[in-house]
Amino acid sequence: MAHRQTPIDDTYFAGERAGSFTVVGSPVARSDARGHVTGRTEFFEDVRPAGLLHLKMHRSARHHARLVTVDTAAARAVPGVVAVLTHQDIPNNLYTPLKLIGVTPDDEPVLAVDKVRYLGEPIVAVVAETEAAALAGAAAVTVDYDDLPAVFDVEEALAEGAPLVNEYQGNNYFTYEGHHCRRVRFGDVDKAFAAADHVFEWRYQSSPIEQAPVETTGCVVVPQPDGRLRIHSDTQACFFTLDNTALILESEFNKLRIVGGTVGGGFGGKVDVVVEPVACVAAMVTHRPVKFVYGRYEEMQVSSPRAAERIYLKDGVSADGRILARQVRAYIDAGAYSRHTPYGTTKAAAHFPGPYAIPNVSIDCHCVFTNRTPSSAMRGFGVTIGDFALESQMDRIARALDLDPLRLRLINAYRDGDMKAHRKLAEGTALVEVIQKAADLVGHDLPEPYRSMSSTDRKGR
Amino acid sequence: MPSRIVTLTVNDADHELIATPGLTLLAALRDALGLTAAKRGCAQGTCGSCVVLLDERAVPACLVPVETVDGAAVRTLEGVAAGGELDEVQSAFLDGFATQCGFCTSGMIMAAEALLADNPSPSRQDVVEAISGNVCRCTGYEPIVAAVLDAARRRAGRTA
Repeated sequence: MAHRQTPIDDTYFAGERAGSFTVVGSPVARSDARGHVTGRTEFFEDVRPAGLLHLKMHRSARHHARLVTVDTAAARAVPGVVAVLTHQDIPNNLYTPLKLIGVTPDDEPVLAVDKVRYLGEPIVAVVAETEAAALAGAAAVTVDYDDLPAVFDVEEALAEGAPLVNEYQGNNYFTYEGHHCRRVRFGDVDKAFAAADHVFEWRYQSSPIEQAPVETTGCVVVPQPDGRLRIHSDTQACFFTLDNTALILESEFNKLRIVGGTVGGGFGGKVDVVVEPVACVAAMVTHRPVKFVYGRYEEMQVSSPRAAERIYLKDGVSADGRILARQVRAYIDAGAYSRHTPYGTTKAAAHFPGPYAIPNVSIDCHCVFTNRTPSSAMRGFGVTIGDFALESQMDRIARALDLDPLRLRLINAYRDGDMKAHRKLAEGTALVEVIQKAADLVGHDLPEPYRSMSSTDRKGR
Repeated sequence: MPSRIVTLTVNDADHELIATPGLTLLAALRDALGLTAAKRGCAQGTCGSCVVLLDERAVPACLVPVETVDGAAVRTLEGVAAGGELDEVQSAFLDGFATQCGFCTSGMIMAAEALLADNPSPSRQDVVEAISGNVCRCTGYEPIVAAVLDAARRRAGRTA
């Protein structure tokens, strides 16, 4: 059924392609669509093994508190409750998912030990014959808290005297090779600011964004006769989940098998490893299949969102619109634990100062711990909010200098061979051509010098 | 409260079910009958992933206590077309790239079936209203709206 849908404009590829596009511009049937339209696609929750138990979580009712007592007696007494798990039941309770690529330290408990650091943090898992009994059991757990001061703002968290969120980190920031933030230094911004005709500094910020998949995060763990655990999961990262789960279980990797790849919407929200380890422990303790799936409220409240960010951009600009220096201070809210935010912050540092050739750059990207829900991956995390700030900044500069915003971008767009601030050579750049084409499509007038610009040379820059 | 025996005609077959108090139609379909096309996205009637036809009306099955619909006729996505064939709505969704992750698809198609049964030549606005209780997080809805309109044309062409 594949047929040409959109005519291909191969003007820009004339030199390198023979005009034989066979896939680009042609629809190709999705391999999974027939299963979707007939209802036969098997999502993890469609797996319903006999004897399935249900796991529900008792979660922190506080943003930041010491746990004085955790009483599970009433939960154990609820009819239908089969097992109650605390941190003592988790073989290796302390983890961080990126330890697989060498990120340290382990800074997050699977189940809370002596304190809770965000509202909704898991404390006790209750396993029962029915979902209703599991919910009743989880509700019957009683926790005495000793409240601690909480911090919810990235800059307040870094101020003198702020409450320490995560003792495993030791500071309210992630430490990058001995530094308090991820840094990029290129040229001399101070000298360039002094020489610039204009200096513009503005502040940008974003809220956390929930990925909100229609299928909530969850798994069904089925013990196998050979002692292995088969994990049906909607994780976006099967092997990543397998490896982290094995480390938490102190199990050999080949004792676990993940059945996955069918994800009812992920958008980055299903790369953390939060349901599988405790469901596996429950299955090991009870020798029965266990389902742990978030309710809608949990999905919205405790699953990790895109990080909130606050970004300060300071630019030194010449009168004709050349950006001579850009200084970036970004504060990226990891929430209470690392998850994927140390990596997202590094991505942000590499992404600034945007697709522009700027000779003097200074970037400080802080990965900050607060008492908010841990943040993690979401569609271009570490980059998307930075782009919002960068491109808003470009528009504001254009307005301040009374310049066409497209021409401002064309003047500053990186070209092939430019050295980027983090010392990667720009290759395969196409921003100039994309802007020219976009201008055509919307009937935006670009005069000749801009029209003949190219990503392959520096003409007109 | 005691459990009750409830009779349902599901996809043209009669079934007797033990309805424990509060058992939802969704749980009865998925857990008792093994019909898992209808999905649980929110369990509170806001996402539409569990929409089925109940006496030919599109309803979120997660909000219907099964004991209240004794004797009703239910149609799920499994019962839309027989023998591996696709009906016009299914084939329009397939050809029109109206599925991505697929989780909302069952509810979308059932909402569309109810619309087209009632209104064979809907306007775009009719379609938008018919699926207004169904959340899709992937597609941005446009391919879905186009597929439902396409399905109406296909069905009109078949019966013309």
